[in-house]
Amino acid sequence: MNAEPRILRTQAEETLALEFAAARTQLPGSPAIAAARESAFATFQKLGLPHRRTEAWRYTDLRALLRTMPPLAVGATAEVSSLADPLPGLDRARLVVVDGIFRPDLSDLNGIDGVTVRPLVDLLQASDARIGQQIATLNDAVVSLNSALMIGGVSIEVPAGARIERAIEIAHVTSSAVASHVRNIVTVGADASVRLLETHVGPAGSAYQANIVTEATVGDRAKVIWAKLQSEGNAAVHLGTLAVTIGTETQFDHLTLMIGATVSRAQTFVTYSGENARAGLFGATMLRGKQHADIALSVDHAVPNGASRELFKAVMDGRSEGVFQGRIIVRPDAQKTDGRMMTQGLLLSEDASFFVKPELEIFADDVQCAHGATSGEIDDDILFYLLSRGIPRPEAETLLVTAFLAEAIEGLGDEAIGDAFEEISRNWLATRGQEAA
Amino acid sequence: MLEIKNLHASIDGKEILRGVDLVVPTGEVHAIMGPNGSGKSTLSYVLSGRDGYDVTEGEIIFDGSDIVEMPAEERAAAGVFLAFQYPLEIPGVATMTFLKAALNAQRKARGEAELTTPDFIRRVKVASEKLNVSQEMLRRPLNVGFSGGEKKRNEILQMALLEPKLAILDETDSGLDIDALRVVSEGVNSLRSPERSMLVITHYQRLLDHIVPDKVHVMSAGRIVRTGGPELALELEAKGYADYAGEAA
Repeated sequence: MNAEPRILRTQAEETLALEFAAARTQLPGSPAIAAARESAFATFQKLGLPHRRTEAWRYTDLRALLRTMPPLAVGATAEVSSLADPLPGLDRARLVVVDGIFRPDLSDLNGIDGVTVRPLVDLLQASDARIGQQIATLNDAVVSLNSALMIGGVSIEVPAGARIERAIEIAHVTSSAVASHVRNIVTVGADASVRLLETHVGPAGSAYQANIVTEATVGDRAKVIWAKLQSEGNAAVHLGTLAVTIGTETQFDHLTLMIGATVSRAQTFVTYSGENARAGLFGATMLRGKQHADIALSVDHAVPNGASRELFKAVMDGRSEGVFQGRIIVRPDAQKTDGRMMTQGLLLSEDASFFVKPELEIFADDVQCAHGATSGEIDDDILFYLLSRGIPRPEAETLLVTAFLAEAIEGLGDEAIGDAFEEISRNWLATRGQEAA
Repeated sequence: MLEIKNLHASIDGKEILRGVDLVVPTGEVHAIMGPNGSGKSTLSYVLSGRDGYDVTEGEIIFDGSDIVEMPAEERAAAGVFLAFQYPLEIPGVATMTFLKAALNAQRKARGEAELTTPDFIRRVKVASEKLNVSQEMLRRPLNVGFSGGEKKRNEILQMALLEPKLAILDETDSGLDIDALRVVSEGVNSLRSPERSMLVITHYQRLLDHIVPDKVHVMSAGRIVRTGGPELALELEAKGYADYAGEAA
C-alpha cells in the first residue's frame, strides 16, 4: 500500500503545471532566477490553490472560484485599446505596464528627476537580491505562483533624501483574457519623500487574471503615501500583494480602494524593521452584483515603539461579498506598540454579506492594541432627515455612502489623491443597478 | 394652507392617529399640545412623509392638493418643513454641504436655477448671524458635537434658508435652557409671515410664552379634542392633561 497521500489537483492547477512546464525555459532571468522559479513552483504545487481550510484565505476559496485558467500572457507587445483614465484630473507620472510588460512608449516619466525606473527584466537578468526578499517567509500559494511565473513589472528607486513632488503611478493594464504575473520592486531611500499610486484596469467582460506582487522597502525617516486603485474589468480576477518593510521613524500611509473585478484579493504585509515608525493603513471597498472582494492585512510589529492605524470601510450592494482579515502581530520585543484597527461595513442590500476577521497576536506585555468591527444598513432616521430637507433619495444615499467611505480615504492624508478617489466613490452610486457584475 | 380631514394613520398595524381634523390657515401659527403618547410626533412625521406610517383613511390637503401619497422629498420641495425634536448627527457630511444640497435640491425640484456659491454663502451668512450660528459650527459635520441648543438653532437656520410655506416644529423647546429657548423663539418669530403657516407641537406651555400662537389645539388619543385661543395653553398648564387622560388610555 502506498502511504503517499494522493494530491488531487484541480483543473486550474493542472493547467498551471502544464503551462509552467512549457514556459519555464522561456521566462526571463538569470540561471539563479530560473532555479528560484522551480523552487517557487514546487512550493505552489505543495500548497495548491488556497481553499476554505487555508486559514489566511478562508473566505476566498480560489480552488472553487478559479475553475479554469486563461492562457499565460506571453510578453509580446499587446495592443491596448484606449482605456479611460481611472483618475482623471490627478497629475502624476505614469509607468504603464501592459500584461506584465513595462511600456516606456506609453509611459510619462516627466517630473520625477532622480528616480530610477527600470523594467523588472533587468533585475531578473542581474539576479537582483531584492527579488523575493520581502516575500521569503509568506508561504502563500498565490505569491509562490507569481514567483514562478513573473514575466515583468517595474522597479522604482527613490534615492536617499529625494523629495519627489509629482506622484508616480504604476498603471497595470490588462489587454485581453490572459493570466499575467507581475512583480514590482520599490525602494525608497532614507529621508526620501514620495507619493505612489498603483492602478489596475482592464477590459470589461474579459475573464482575465492579474496576479501582482510588489516588494518594497522604505528607508529610515522616509515618508511614503501609497494609494492603490483596483478598478479591474467586471469579469476579472485580481490577486494583488504588497509586502513592505518600513524603517526607523518612517511614516507609511497606504490606501486600498477596491471597486472592480468579479473576484479580488488585496494582501498587504507591513513589517516594522526600525523603531518609532508609523503606518496608517486604510481601505475603501465598493461592491455590487456578485462581486467578491477580500482585503487581507498583516502588520508585523517586530521592534518596539511602532504605531499603526487601520481603518477599513466597505459598502456592499446586490449579492456581493466583502471580506476583511486584519492581523496585527506584536513580537516579544515590540514593547510600547500602539495598534488600532477598525472595520466598518455598510450593507445596501439584504443579500449582501460582510465577513470580518480581526486577529491580534500579542507577545509583548506593554502594548496598546484595539480592534473593532461594525456592520449595518443606512440609518433610516438619518435618511429621513435628508429626505425631509428635499434631498432626493439617490442623492441622499450618495451623500451618506460617500461620507462613510471618506473617512477611510481621507485617512491617507493626501488631498489630491483623496479627492480623486472620493470622486470614484461618488460616481459609484450614480451607476447603481447599471453595471452589476 | 393646511387642511387635515379625518386622518387615520398606523405604524406596524397599530393605529396612532384616529381621525385628526385640523385647519391651519395661511399666515397663522397653531400649537398642538397634548399628553405623551397622544400622537403629536406621529402627526408631524405623517405630515412630512416619513416612511413606515400607513395612512389608512383621510386627507392632508396642503396648498390645495392632497399630499398623502407624496414622498418626503417632494413635500419638502413643495414647502413642508419639519424641525426635528432630535436633529440627527451625520458624520462626514459638512453642514455647509448639507445646506447647499438641500437648498439646491428644492430649487431644482421647483424648476428654479441652483444658487451660485457666493449667493449661497451670502444667504447662509445673513441667516446664521441672526441665530448666533458661528462659522465654526457651519464647518463641522452636520450636528456632530453640537450642543442641544446648537442643534435646535441649526434647525431654525435650515428653516430660514429653505423658506417653507408650512413649518412644523416638533418639541422644539425640549432640551433647551432659558437662553437657548429665547434665541430659538426669536428665530422662529422672525420667520412668521402672512405667507407662512406654522404648527408648533409642544408638551409644555413655556414655549408658547415666546411663540404666541393664534390657536391652540389639544390632542389626545390620536384626535384633536379641543381647540381654543392662546389662553387654552395657560389653562392646560394650570390643570394639566388629567381631563384628557381618559381618552389617551
